Amino acid sequence: MCLGIPGQIVEITDTDRMTAMADVSGVKREVNVACVAEADPATLVGRWALIHVGFAMALIDEAEAAATLEALKHLGEAQETLEQIAEGEKALS
Amino acid sequence: MRYVEEFRDPVAAKALIAKIAEVTDEIGATKDAPVRIMEICGGHTHAIFRYGLDRLVHEGIEFIHGPGCPVCVLPMARVDEAVQIAEKPGVIFTSFGDAMRVPGTQKSLLQAKAEGADIRTVYSPLDALELARRHPEREVVFFGLGFETTTPSTALTIQQAAREGIGNFTVFCNHITVPPPIKALLDDPHMLLDGFIGPGHVSMVIGIHAYDFIARDYGKPIVVAGFEPLDLLQSVLMVLEQIRDGRAEVENQYGRVVPEHGNPVSLAAIADVYEERPSFAWRGLGEIDASGLRVREAYAAWDAEAKFGIGYGAARARDVAEPEGTECAAVMTGKIKPTGCAMFGIACTPETPMGALMVSSEGACAAYYQYGGRRAPEPA
Ligand code: SF4
Repeated sequence: MCLGIPGQIVEITDTDRMTAMADVSGVKREVNVACVAEADPATLVGRWALIHVGFAMALIDEAEAAATLEALKHLGEAQETLEQIAEGEKALS
Repeated sequence: MRYVEEFRDPVAAKALIAKIAEVTDEIGATKDAPVRIMEICGGHTHAIFRYGLDRLVHEGIEFIHGPGCPVCVLPMARVDEAVQIAEKPGVIFTSFGDAMRVPGTQKSLLQAKAEGADIRTVYSPLDALELARRHPEREVVFFGLGFETTTPSTALTIQQAAREGIGNFTVFCNHITVPPPIKALLDDPHMLLDGFIGPGHVSMVIGIHAYDFIARDYGKPIVVAGFEPLDLLQSVLMVLEQIRDGRAEVENQYGRVVPEHGNPVSLAAIADVYEERPSFAWRGLGEIDASGLRVREAYAAWDAEAKFGIGYGAARARDVAEPEGTECAAVMTGKIKPTGCAMFGIACTPETPMGALMVSSEGACAAYYQYGGRRAPEPA
């Protein structure tokens, strides 16, 4: 919950709610991009962000994203986060 | 150095470890008179154990594990209050998975769920808000937990609920802030610390000047660090160099993610939705002034405390005694190691935690349990 996970923003889904679809290690998850949005959120598409509990909190470059993901995998946190995303999905049903 | 091979860049790690040893010798620190460095963030605690950094560096360095695991410091009375809300008819109570097994005085959220309360694990407060949209006939409550890293997420979610006029969503706010407990630890005459490794992702939100008081008023160095092993080694070195040179500054090792002044959108959302409580209880540390947040009056409609009439500390006396024989407070303040607790690994394990430090992988006891036995000391 405290460590973010890198994700790549693939599509802006709702400009009013400031949400976007992110690809987090192959899992698609809707995230809020208010904290990293520039004037036009569309410029975020393709960028990498550190995502904390569904919120993109910092833009990072691709190399940093890869290094962070590797560190998270070593800590077992990457897997844990992906499981939590799946849990969140389940809770909605 | 057997285990350095596991590092992404073993050569760089070896060089840093050698340099750390050199500076530690220059300072004159030894096993019996070590430099005591506190890592504040639970993520750092986890990484230090995972890589055995405490055993790889010079024996004149002692890591003290700080209070930076939000589920570990959650007071039992607050868990009781969460259970009380969750068991109300019509409520869907949502929480991060980490908090489910934290013991209350009677039961944990997981036990309450087993007894029939509708408690769901979510990944994000956004999931909880979505549940509220889908179930207008139910009351959806989100257990707002964590330091400044997660505080913006619930603040922005409350703002969104307000914009959409969603009336069946509230947050049970238990957000806490990092600087006040550091100040409390520095004011504790028994707590002898020489420097700090500052939290990376908290600082991404609040910036690095929130720690100025540590250097200015207490004359201690602090280096904000990333959580890759090389980040941590480099940050330890930076702290040591400050000590050697007689400097006390706030330095930023994690500049690639942490902006000097933090994240303005997050800070604005926090300021809009939350205000400081006069004080808040930390498990193991007691009441700390201005260390917790509550929902402002303007957003009372999204405040579970206001809606359910369960104010801070209303469930029972605030300072509920911890179970007999547990040493969580002493571990949390660095006075003893987890293995010094009689419950460690016997009555208290990650499957059956007695204390909160055993619940989350960021808690010192769980990290010790998971990795402590795995690494032999370095051969000479
Ligand atoms: S082993 Fe369990 S009871 Fe003992 S200090 Fe750690 S968390 Fe607390």
